[in-house]
Amino acid sequence: MSEQSSTDKKVIPIAVAAPQAAAPESPTGPMIRTLGLVSAICGLIIVGAYQGTYDAVAENKRIATERAVFRVVPAAKSIAEFVAAPDGGVAKVGAGETALVPGGVKFFAAYDGAGKLAGIAAEGVGKGYADNVRIMFGYQPDCQCVVGIGVVAMRETPGIGDKIITDKAFLANFTALDVKLKADLSALANEVRAVKHGSKAEPWQVDAIAGATITSRAVSRAINDTAQALLPRLVPKLETLGNAS
Amino acid sequence: MSISTPQTWEEFTEGIWRQNPVFVMVLGMCPVLAVSVSAINALSMGLATLFVLVCSCGLVSLLRHTIPREVRIAVYIVIIATFVTAVDYAIQAISLALYEALGAFIQLIVVNCIILGRAEAHAAKNPPLPAMINAAGMGVGFSIGLFALGAVREILGAGTLFGIGLFGAGFQPWVIMVLPPGGFFVLGAWLLVFAGWARRRKSGEVTQHV
Repeated sequence: MSEQSSTDKKVIPIAVAAPQAAAPESPTGPMIRTLGLVSAICGLIIVGAYQGTYDAVAENKRIATERAVFRVVPAAKSIAEFVAAPDGGVAKVGAGETALVPGGVKFFAAYDGAGKLAGIAAEGVGKGYADNVRIMFGYQPDCQCVVGIGVVAMRETPGIGDKIITDKAFLANFTALDVKLKADLSALANEVRAVKHGSKAEPWQVDAIAGATITSRAVSRAINDTAQALLPRLVPKLETLGNAS
Repeated sequence: MSISTPQTWEEFTEGIWRQNPVFVMVLGMCPVLAVSVSAINALSMGLATLFVLVCSCGLVSLLRHTIPREVRIAVYIVIIATFVTAVDYAIQAISLALYEALGAFIQLIVVNCIILGRAEAHAAKNPPLPAMINAAGMGVGFSIGLFALGAVREILGAGTLFGIGLFGAGFQPWVIMVLPPGGFFVLGAWLLVFAGWARRRKSGEVTQHV
């Protein structure tokens, strides 16, 4: 009678392997060789995947940025990237360059079909409930106010925190949110703040979403911080952004 | 060993029905509960897992004679991590919005026990073709499980399916369904349905009634 018949039965493995008979120990050399071989194959696959998708990923990121700018400045037809340095200088960033000025604030000038300045868009970051909330907001020099927001990235709770992109009452905060500068242009006249739902009284306050106060606060903090850093540098230089050329 | 068609079919359907990773083995619950907030997220997560499963099981199976037993887990993890990284780039290239929605769970496919379990329990003992067929079945089963949760949670929690509104403006979304507790409620309900279904099928086989 052979032992074979009992082991031939089909065993359905769940997740763990059935205990195996102890095999003799493998020598170290082949072990290292195998690990090296496997790592080399894997390295090649990763590099291949990175190279293969690089262009598409970069293009996707550019389209996402452009779309975010167009959403907050609806009149825009073309955009140009700028950086505002701490010393007050505003410099244009060419295509393909990266804006790496220490302490510089990146922003986008949006131009309408005739090449006239249609608005400014800038990104802000605020600490949300789950992670940083990155938003893009549109700034209108004529009224010195924020005229629209869009979310660049967030991981807020679906159905609660992510209402900041769907809640009409909340988005109405950003049709003319006051970000006027002080008379000497040194800082914002009023801090942009989120207030409890239903208690908005001033044009620079943000009426929070009930139940999503932290996310609402993150949005107003993001706008406040970026506006505070950018606008005192930008407003005196607005004329230089005049047209698209 | 040559594999016949019925056997191949059985290898494939094992993961879909008899050993469904979500409803029978209840494995990989972390992504199942976390990303199944909408049908599209659930389906993409399922497909990403399917891809990683098939590729890593294929490679593990190819290398099964050269991998020393002592370091096999390390090798499996490196192989799985490689394909996860590839999927990560691919999803970024396809859609940034989807990439952000899936968040860290793409990277966490590395530690999804379905994949490591398949590599250890099946791919390491079988030739590449059956291993990949079996892995594909598991991946499809996982995708079906995720989609079943995602669709129900999206319909109840947001009133939409694939982002298309199903009900009129008067629909008040059942928000808890897209929150973490909702994942447990829907998973529990599906497990109940699935267990009842399997039992009825089994008793139907015995009494020759369906």
